[in-house]
Formats: sequence, C-alpha cells, structure tokens
Amino acid sequence: MAPDAAAEDEDKWLAEGVAGIQHNAFYMHRSLDSNNLKEALKFSAQMLSELRTSRLSPHKYYELYMRAFDELRKLELFFREETSRGNCSVVDLYELVQHAGNVLPRLYLLCTVGSVYIKSKEAPAKDLLKDLVEMCRGVQHPLRGLFLRSYLSQISRDKLPDIGSEYEGDADTVNDAVEFVLQNFIEMNKLWVRMQHQGPFREKEKREKERNELRDLVGKNLHVLSQIEGVDLDMYKESVLPRVLEQVVNCKDELAQFYLMDCIIQVFPDEYHLQTLETLLSACPQLQLHHQKSSCSDEGLLSQPQHPGEAVAVAVSCSNTVEGEGAQHLCRREKRRQGSRGEQEEERRRRGRQQLLCSRGILEKQLRPTVDIKTVLSQLMDRLSNYAASSTEVLPEFLQVEAFAKLNSAIGKVIEAQVDMPSVGAITLFVSLLTFALRVHPDRLDYVDQVLGACVKKLSGKAKLEDSKATKQIVALLSAPLEKYNSVVTALELPNYAQVMDHLDSGTNKVMAMVIIQSIMKNTTCISTADKVEALFELIKGLIRDIDGAQDDELDEEDFKEEQNSVARLIHILHNDDPDEMLKIICAVQKHILLGGPKRLPFTVPPLVFSALKLVRRLQGQDGDVGGEEVPATPKKIFQILHQTIEALSSVPSPELALRLYLQCAEAANDCDVEPVAYEFFTQAFVLYEEEVTDSKAQVTAIHLIIGTLQRMNIFGVENRDTLTHKTTGYSAKLLKKPDQCRAVYACSHLFWIDDQDGTKDGERVLLCLKRALRIANAAQQMANATKGSSGSVALFIEILNKYLYFFEKGNPQITSSVIQGLIELITTEMQSENATSEPSADAFFARTLRYIEFQQQKGGSVAEKYEAIKVS
Amino acid sequence: MNYLIGAFKPPCNIAITFSDGKTRKQASIKKDNGKTAMVPVFQSLENIVGEVAIEPIQGKKVEHTGVKIELLGQIELYFDRGNFYDFTSLVRELDVPGEIYEKKTYPFEFSSVEMPYESYNGTNVRLRYILKVTISRNYVSNIVEYRDFCVRNYSPQPTINNSIKMEVGIEDCLHIEFEYNKSKYHLKDVIIGKIYFLLVRIKIKNMELEIRRRESTGSGPNTYVETETLAKFELMDGAPVRGESIPIRLFLSPYELTPTYRNINNKFSVKYYLNLVLVDEEDRRYFKQQEITIYRLQETS
Repeated sequence: MAPDAAAEDEDKWLAEGVAGIQHNAFYMHRSLDSNNLKEALKFSAQMLSELRTSRLSPHKYYELYMRAFDELRKLELFFREETSRGNCSVVDLYELVQHAGNVLPRLYLLCTVGSVYIKSKEAPAKDLLKDLVEMCRGVQHPLRGLFLRSYLSQISRDKLPDIGSEYEGDADTVNDAVEFVLQNFIEMNKLWVRMQHQGPFREKEKREKERNELRDLVGKNLHVLSQIEGVDLDMYKESVLPRVLEQVVNCKDELAQFYLMDCIIQVFPDEYHLQTLETLLSACPQLQLHHQKSSCSDEGLLSQPQHPGEAVAVAVSCSNTVEGEGAQHLCRREKRRQGSRGEQEEERRRRGRQQLLCSRGILEKQLRPTVDIKTVLSQLMDRLSNYAASSTEVLPEFLQVEAFAKLNSAIGKVIEAQVDMPSVGAITLFVSLLTFALRVHPDRLDYVDQVLGACVKKLSGKAKLEDSKATKQIVALLSAPLEKYNSVVTALELPNYAQVMDHLDSGTNKVMAMVIIQSIMKNTTCISTADKVEALFELIKGLIRDIDGAQDDELDEEDFKEEQNSVARLIHILHNDDPDEMLKIICAVQKHILLGGPKRLPFTVPPLVFSALKLVRRLQGQDGDVGGEEVPATPKKIFQILHQTIEALSSVPSPELALRLYLQCAEAANDCDVEPVAYEFFTQAFVLYEEEVTDSKAQVTAIHLIIGTLQRMNIFGVENRDTLTHKTTGYSAKLLKKPDQCRAVYACSHLFWIDDQDGTKDGERVLLCLKRALRIANAAQQMANATKGSSGSVALFIEILNKYLYFFEKGNPQITSSVIQGLIELITTEMQSENATSEPSADAFFARTLRYIEFQQQKGGSVAEKYEAIKVS
Repeated sequence: MNYLIGAFKPPCNIAITFSDGKTRKQASIKKDNGKTAMVPVFQSLENIVGEVAIEPIQGKKVEHTGVKIELLGQIELYFDRGNFYDFTSLVRELDVPGEIYEKKTYPFEFSSVEMPYESYNGTNVRLRYILKVTISRNYVSNIVEYRDFCVRNYSPQPTINNSIKMEVGIEDCLHIEFEYNKSKYHLKDVIIGKIYFLLVRIKIKNMELEIRRRESTGSGPNTYVETETLAKFELMDGAPVRGESIPIRLFLSPYELTPTYRNINNKFSVKYYLNLVLVDEEDRRYFKQQEITIYRLQETS
C-alpha cells in the first residue's frame, strides 16, 4: 500500500508541477506576444520555480524538466529575435535575467540567455561558458543541480570554442572548451556522488537505483569531451584523462567509479586508450573496494582536522531556537591573514586541500581498494582486443606501448591490492588478459603462459574451486588458447596449463578435458610425440582415472560413456609415422589407461589395441627394411605390450571383449608370421573361454569368433593346428543348446577345408563334422518331438544341406551327389511328415536351396555336370 | 459672487519655473498625498535659476507687503510631525510692497547653493528641498506656493575600497568564509563575491543574501530604528559540502536604494547592510550582517 500511495502522491505532485509550468508558460507566451520583456521574464522565472521541488523522484523530475526545457527553447528563440531586432541588447538581457531572486530560475534563464549571447558572438564563448559553469555552483542540491548542469551542457554542446567551430577563440581555444566541459563534468559528478550520502540510510538502495537512472547525465559530459575535435592524443594524454581520472579516483564512490571508468573506456577511441594505458591502469588499483561501502562520505571528510593554522577557538553564540528572531548569529572569526588574500592564494589553498585528499587516497589504497574493477578492466581489454583484431595495422602500436606488459602488471597490482577479491574476479581478469594476449600477440606463447602462471599463483594455496562461476571462468580461460590456436599442441607447451586445470573440481575438470578432446577432434590435431601424449593425458587425467579417490557414484552412465568414447576416439587419433615414436606413444597411452580402473578399461583398451595393431601392420608392410637389434619397435615387442594390456582387461573382468582382442591379436600375429605369439594368444582366448565365458549366448558368439579366426590362421604347424582345431570342435559340441551345437559343429567343418592354394583340405574330417552336425540336428529334432509333441525345425537340416552343397561344389571328394540326394529326401520327408510344423521361413529356405541346385544344373559346364546326379523332385 | 469665491480661493496663481526645467534631469518623488511627481534634480553648489510668475485672477488685484522666494532644506521627522528643521534657508526678495494687477514675472537666482544633503523619503523621516514663494499680506493670510525639487549629490569613486572578507562560524557546526569584492558600492553596482564552506555539519537548505536598510532617527533616548529588507536574493539551493565555493553576483540596480547617509544634521542616518542568511532544514536561520556603504556615482554618460 505504502509504495503505491507514495507513487500516487508523486504523480499528484508531478501533475501540479506540470500544471504550474503550463500556467506560467501561458502567461509568458502572452507577454512574449505583446513584447513585454519584463513580464515575460517574471513568468518564465515563476515557471522555472516549479523545478525547485524536492518531492519528485529523478524519473518524475525528468518529466517536469522536459516540460520546462521545451518552454525554454521557445524563450531562447524569443531572446534571439529580440536581440537581433535590436530591441534589447544581449548584454542587458544577460544582466536582466540575473535579477531573478531565486537561484534556480535565475540560472536556467542565465544559461538560456548565455546561449543567445554566445551565438551573437558579442563576447568570446569561453568567457561566457566559464561564467555559466561557475555560476551554476549556486545550485548545490544534487538532483536540481544535475539537471541544471545537464541543461547547461545541452545548450552549450554546439557552442564550444572547439577547433574548427565558429566559436573558436584564440590559440588556447580547445583548452577552454575542454576546461569548460571538464569542470561541468566534475561538478556534476560531485553532485551525483553526494546524492548517495544524503537522506536516511535505509533508503540507500533506493537512492542507488535513482542514481543509476541519472548516471547518463554525468556520462554525457565525457561523451561531449570525446566529441571535441581539438582533443587530440597529446591533449587527451596530458590533461583530459588525468583530470577525469583524478575525479574518478577522488570521488570514492563505487557506482560512479565503475560507471565512469566504463564511460571512459567506451567513449574515447581505442588508440587513445592504447597510448594512455599506463595512466588508465594506474588509476585502477585506487578505486573503491567492491563490497565495502565507501564510508568516506562527506561526514568523513568533515571530521578531518582543519589546517593547523585555522584551528583557532571560535566564539560561539548558540541560542539555538527555531523562532524567527532567535536565529543564530554567525560569529566572526578572528581574521588572521592580513590584507586581502588574493584569488590565487585561495586557489592554491584549495588545490593543496585536494592534494591532501589525493595522498590520503593513496595511503588508503592498501586498506581499502577497488570497485568492481574487474569488469572495468575486462571491458578495457576486450575493447583493445577487438581493436587489435579489427586491423593488423594497429598491432605495431600495441607492441610499441608494451600493452601486454602494462596490462599484466596492472592486473597483478589490482589482485595484489584486493586481498579478498573473490577468485572469480581474478580469473575473469585473467580471461580478458588472455584473450587480449591471444589477439594481440598470437606469436607470444610465453605471454599466455605468463597469464596462466599468474592465475596459478593466485589460486595456489587454495582448495579446489567450489564457486561455479569461477570454474566457468577457468574453463573459459583454458578454452581460449585452444580456440585461438586450433591445436592442443600449443596448450601442451604451456607448463602452467595443467596446473590451472588442477584447480578445477573433478566435474569441471572432466568438462574441460572433454573440451580439449573435442578441440582435437574438430581440428584433427595430430599429437605426434610421446612427450606430448604424456602431457595431454596428464591434462585429461580426469577422464582417464579417478582422481583423489573422488567418488562419483551418482555419475550419469551416459555421460560416462560419452566421455570414455571421446577418450577412445582420442587414442585413435594419436599417430606418428615413425614406428619407434609411435611405439612410445602407445606405451605412454598404455601406462595411463591401465590406471583407469574396471569401468574405463573396456572403453579404452580396444582403441589402444587396434592402434597398436595398426602399427604392427605397418611394420609388417616394411618388414624388409627395418631390422636389427636396436630397433625398439618390433612386432614382438608390441605383442608383448598388447598381451599385458589385454590381460588387464580380462581381469576387469570383461572376458568377451578380451577374447575378441586376443583373437584380433592372434590374427595380426599370424600375419606377422610369429607362430608362438599367435598360439599364445589363442591359448589365452581359450583359457578365457573356458574360465570366464559362462553365458551360453556369449559362448556361442565366442566359439564362432574362434572358429572364424582359426580358420584364417595359416602359420600354425600341423600339431598346433590340430590341438587348436580339436579343442575348438570339442567346445562346439559342448555348447548348451542343440541347435547351437549343430551350427558350431558344421562351422567347424571349415577348419579342415581352407579354400586356397595350400590350405588344408581334409575332406574326411569335413564329412565327419557334417555328419556329426546331422546327428545333432536329428537329436534336436527328436528332443523337440519329445518335449513339444511336434517335430522341430527343419532349418538345421537345410543349413547342413547348404554346407554339403558348398563342399560339394568345392570339390570335396567325400561329399557325393548321392549323399546330398539322401539329405534332400530326408528333408522332404521331414517336411511332409504329419506332425511337422509348417515353417514358412524354412520352406522358403529349402525352396531356394533347391532352386539353386536347379540353377546350377542348367548353368552347363562342369558345375552342371556335377549337379546332374542330384534330382530335385 | 466673485467676491465670495475670492474669499476662498487664492486671488492669484503662482507658478515657479526653472529656467532649465525642460532640459534638466528629473526624478520622481513621493508627495504627501501618496502620488508621485516628477521634479527636477539638482546637486549641491548648482545655481538654481528660474522665475516666478504671479497672475492675479482676472479682475482682481493682489495687495501685498512684499514677495519673497525661499530655498529651504527641511528635515521632517514623522514622529515629530509638523516640525520641520530647516537646515538650509535662503531668501530672495522679489518685490517691494505694492499691488499686482496683472501677470508679473520675477526672475530669481540662488547661486552656488550649498545643499549638502540629498533628498530622502524614508519610513520615519523625510528630507526635502523646496522653493517657497510667499506673498505677504496684511490682515489676511499670506499666499504661499511650494515647488519641490530633488537634490542628488554625487560622490567620486572612493580611493580606498577594500573587500569585505571574513571567516565566521559556529564551532564544530558550520564554518564559512565569505568575501564581498568591495565595501563601498554605487547604486548601479554589482556585488561580486563568494562564500567558501570550510565546515558543514548542518543540513543547509538554502542561502540568501539580503540587502537591509537601517534608518535611525532622532538621538539619545528618542532614537527610532527602522530596518527594512529591500532585497532577498537566493544564492544557493541545497546543501553544500565542505570545500564548495558559491559565487555571488548581485546587481543593485533593480532595488530602490539610496546612498548611505550618516548622521544627517544630527537627525537621522540611513545605513545599508548585507545580510548573509543560511537556512537549515529545520528552518533555523544563521546569519551574518555586514555594513556596506552605498554612494551615488556620477554617471559618466
């Protein structure tokens, strides 16, 4: 209710004010129309008196001000006509308006006439402006003063004695213009800052909000300054910036400092910043501390002792009454300085006072430093970075002024000064600095490292960062070089990079590691030395192993898979053309991934294995050239490594995977002609099969894999081969389900018939296998009959028939047409038997098989002859 | 009939004219009846030259025992109404006793009249200069005619005109230093100055500069003092902080001031003061009054 009521009241007051303005404006216009200057001035002063209100908030006051502003424009027009017609000299007018009794209307009118006066060029613009800006001191009320001075700034904008302007004065003309704007700025800022310290403490926030609404009034001055043509770099450097900064630093107000620094950075051109970097930066550590409220209010200033000479007892009369006649009499102080102290002396004294404040500010720097300086500095650096990025031509300038060194030391000082600045602030600064360094000095990797080093220093001695914002910033910090250089290799060369990463919590660390990997993937960066690999894995160790026993039970399974897949992809991408180096890489990777623990190994081992196998193949390709003892990269050695690795996997346990990998290795070993190795791998595979593979389905898959691999092996001697094939057939027959048995057994038949030049061609054992398969199929059929009451599928028979046909075609002498004929008939009978269940797929399969036979018969030639004997009824 | 009318009406018209009346500067003065009238302005040691025209009403004659013109400088104190103190009195006999039948003009001249005091019309006192023509008659009352004129004396620029500068304050509460550029101002002058705040611990609402006129009349126990605020000129709006200096620029021309008069003929004094007033948020007024001297500067034009 209360705020509503307050707002209502305010609306009412505003309405009253507006009405007052309109009322008086009406009479003012009437007087203007009848050329009655005196009356017009009277009404205009009355109109402006509405602006004397203290009851409106800045927002509403602005509305009121705008009304008055419009009227003043018209009045100014009238003044201009009046003076140009010669009815009244502008000098007289300038005096006339100063007769107004109230200071606020008087000054508004004075500014208005002043504008006309300057335009008339009857007096130099600089004198008038100086007079106006001085006279405006009469309004010390912050809100009213701000608007008044804003009005002054508004009307004077196009009348500054700038170079090239029609109001240009003598040689020092720009100085005058600048001086005027600066002074107005300083006064406005003082008023603006003062606002904060007036009124009750509980309304502090409200005031802050209101002040924020007013800030552009103050900032506009800086904009005007930047628009002055005559302000060249030298001038900016010598007078403008130091003066502005002095004001910013001395005002000791957080809001103002932050906003004004921002303004400075935004309104002036980049090259100015670049050339004045030192000055600008040196101001930074002197700014107010962020969280600490600037207690150095007027109150604080007031309690300062006076100049020693002035501290003289004062006679006091204190009849402190409110009644009219009991007013207090100001007592005269003993007048000590003889004669009339000149203006200059006065000025000097005041300056001394200001210097006193200055030095105090520096002293206090240690105790209570800065604002939210990081944002300011970041913005500065961002701007400079953009500037650097905008054109390569400006880069030499950056080098010339040693921008990086300056920024770096400034940031160092700021951080040093602000002991309790949260880490996030410092890191934000580092991010900006890093961005800057990357943009401006892409060739200076050491700069990047310096920044990271500074960051490490800042973070050192602290536990892992908990603050999510800070970690986010670190991620940004670490990502920046990756983006810039498109290559992790660069990052790997930065000794501090990993150290910074160490300060991340494990979750973020992983995220960062992912970023790194993704960067590698995206750019297909080739990490080609073992050292780099070592460094890289050190970086992404968060993904490679559990750090510090961090328990991440509630880890998201999918995320984990995603991460590990990334690692796997990373392993694939590691490559070096030199086998020796590649071997080293592999060793390095192995070393790291073996630490990964049971959950990670299934993801990371396979890529390593295949990567190693790739190397083996490559070595094998150049087998002839390489040789000799000293060459470390021999297939043998690699196989040893592989063995170890897979062993680790098998103990995880992940037997199926290990088994597959063993088989892969065996095959590679086969290609390398190292029989014992291949045999060993098979042995391992078999051991796994026997001891670890317990699931029947897994067994089926495994046995088929074994059969397939074994079939392709060609280096084994007869004995070894017999052992292995025998074992395999044995396993096949011991599978749990009959159809599985059957299928495995007929698959085994291939082990005895290698269809190439010098392959084993043992027709008898093939037939044996097939017959055994038939037997098993038969048994399966019977089992089905017994349990379900209907015969089982004939599919098995048809499959066996196909095998028969295969070997028949391949010329196995044991397989004759009559055997096939018999099988066909058997199948036909089976299918037509009473309790056969109709199986469309089996029927189709059989039909197709028969059709194949017919097709072969019709083909003619030797094949047809062979098939002649088979009758397909 | 004519006789009857003649008993109540003066038997003649008297007109006093100044020889340079057309060209002479004029000033407005307030007359007894509250109306303002334009009168010529003279200054001390000027010759006051003119003529008196006496025109009897038609068909009448004026019998007299002599015609004279007096130049009187009078001070009139209102609390002592009716009593005029003539500080200057000059007489010129215009005619010997006789009769006037028709319009007759008498030139007169007062040369280098010393008129040390200026005409003044204050709250409790009036100083005025008049020309008084008296036609003395036997048995019947004299015929008298007055003509006001105004005297303004110009002062040269003072050779010594120090600024007024002072530090004042209330201990631990408010310390200010103010400065007015001069201590003596002419009537169209501008007061330039500044107020410098050395210490501010009270919440000041505004500050104004007043011009006050203090007119004291009489002497001894019968002194009457009347103070009048002629101007209230706001210098500052809002509360300054330590270190602020506020400019003063006050044009005196819009205000109806007179020069400072000190002990005019032991009858009265008129003094002017600048009163600097600071008002705090509880409407308490803190002030410091300083006398300034106001003089009339010979206008160069």
